[in-house]
Amino acid sequence: MTDQPLTKNIDMSRAPFDIGQYRLAQGYEAVLRMFKDMAPSDVLEMVKSSGLKGRGGAGFPTGLKWSFVPTGDDAPKTKYLVVNADEMEPGTFKDRLLLEGDPHLLLEGMLIAAYTIQANTAYIFLRGEYLRAEKLLRAAIAQAHEQGLLGKNIQSSGFDLEIILHTSAGRYICGEETALLNALEGKRANPRAKPPFPQVSGLWGKPTIVNNVETLCNLPGILRYGVDWYKGLGKGSDAGTKLCGVSGRVNNPGCWELALGTPIRELLEDKAGGMCEGYQLRAFLPGGGSTDFLLPEHLDLTLDYDVIGKAGSRLATGTMIVLDDQTCPVGMVGNLMRFFSHESCGWCTPCRDGLPWIDEIFKRLESGAGRIEDMQILTDHLEYLGPGRTFCALAPGAMAPLGSALRHFREDFDAHIHSGGCPWRK
Amino acid sequence: MSTSTIIASNAPKVQARTLSPEEQHEIDHELTLYPDRRAVGLEALKIVQKHQGWVSDESLLAVAQYLGMSAHELDGVATFFNLIFRQPVGRNVMLFCDSVSCYIMGCENIKDHISARLGIDYGETTADGEYTLLPVPCLGDCDRAPVMLMAGEQHRNLTTQKIDELLALGQQPLPDK
Repeated sequence: MTDQPLTKNIDMSRAPFDIGQYRLAQGYEAVLRMFKDMAPSDVLEMVKSSGLKGRGGAGFPTGLKWSFVPTGDDAPKTKYLVVNADEMEPGTFKDRLLLEGDPHLLLEGMLIAAYTIQANTAYIFLRGEYLRAEKLLRAAIAQAHEQGLLGKNIQSSGFDLEIILHTSAGRYICGEETALLNALEGKRANPRAKPPFPQVSGLWGKPTIVNNVETLCNLPGILRYGVDWYKGLGKGSDAGTKLCGVSGRVNNPGCWELALGTPIRELLEDKAGGMCEGYQLRAFLPGGGSTDFLLPEHLDLTLDYDVIGKAGSRLATGTMIVLDDQTCPVGMVGNLMRFFSHESCGWCTPCRDGLPWIDEIFKRLESGAGRIEDMQILTDHLEYLGPGRTFCALAPGAMAPLGSALRHFREDFDAHIHSGGCPWRK
Repeated sequence: MSTSTIIASNAPKVQARTLSPEEQHEIDHELTLYPDRRAVGLEALKIVQKHQGWVSDESLLAVAQYLGMSAHELDGVATFFNLIFRQPVGRNVMLFCDSVSCYIMGCENIKDHISARLGIDYGETTADGEYTLLPVPCLGDCDRAPVMLMAGEQHRNLTTQKIDELLALGQQPLPDK
């Protein structure tokens, strides 16, 4: 038993476990037992009752997502599993840890997921810049083939699985699961209309499950140690552990595996070592660039999807970005707006035209050409680009840091307008 | 639309170049992994870029013909992705992270230093063809910001001094990639 199922094998000061070392550490045992003793429906029930939620950002229950895949004799024979390893959310560096630190854990998780939905082909959609991860994954896939853990009739189970590594070429929108599917099909990565959902009609029109790297890495532990153990890992209402990171002006930036339900203060102060000398905490984005700012008064909240949600933000990727008292909040949000504007796929009008407009206003604020009426234009965009107004979640995600910044840092915006540019640069 | 169509109407007529045996071999391998030829488009562009340094109109036409898709459709893919270069780039492409954590950790100063040292801004290449500077979204190394990816190596906790050291190394002949 372990209380760190995701990172127990990870030591970034050495190479990750090869398949021999991974198996010595009981790796792939859960999968072998699964093939012997469990029907796909048994695994589905287990994952459902584990309470595992997707770790890519949205937090959707994994078992429920899987349950929409058609099964039975009438279901399409071809189904796909796709791993979303296109980690590009600003300030997010958690999947990299898993991909570089323990690639066989991901492959084992993929075997479990693919078996459950009866997919015989799985694609890993890896971001093109993750070159080390690419090398390690290729080696791990080859090793798994050699040992009969991939390919035809795996371990005499009658189940076949091929894992194919696809490396992308840098575009944030590919993290949106239907855009990712278009990219895999060789098209521009614009999101698709839903419904139909990918579970029913996804890659090349076939039932497809897209899961995040960290989500899949939770599966071997759940199968090996059981649902009660998994639920017991969480200290609050959510089950399991979560990779949590901290970046910004802290003493020990990094990424750790924590029990869900751990107080944010423990992450920031015990793990990340608190603020650097001479810097005060002003605010933080709890889960990457698409989340609302939280304030120092929120440090005693726990890392739980619902708790952070009730405080008006999202746990999302779990990687916290710290705003200190010597960094301009308008500059920080302006940086995010430029990112989102650049990465908009251009498919729907509010996002394609709205984000560059916002970006333009931030540039004006920065240069001293900001006008008081710009504040109203920014506020209006929160609605124009909000949930339900756009094709996908990119623009609403961008509105999270903007809206919360307008609430918390209004005086900083005004100072840019009244003092002819960024007061922090003077 | 014929695949031999010129990409830009005002450009001189462009002919597809011949893909090298290595390029064809690598693209053929990718074709075994997908049920549809056009799905290989991005991978094929990356293969060509690996061998040629960038994706010229001649290369684009060659890949489009090889995969049986329209050049315009393939160019739509090529121009969609940040890391497909449709213009020549320098021998070393500096993919400089300018996203939020690097911003907080002072990447703007580092970028200014690079620009001053090399005399190039984002999107530009040094006159000797040695370096191209490009901004890149979050490289996922935020606990070691500021970061930059160059020649397959991630450079972390960047300082102006580290940049100077890297550029000094660049003066020496690099091993073939």
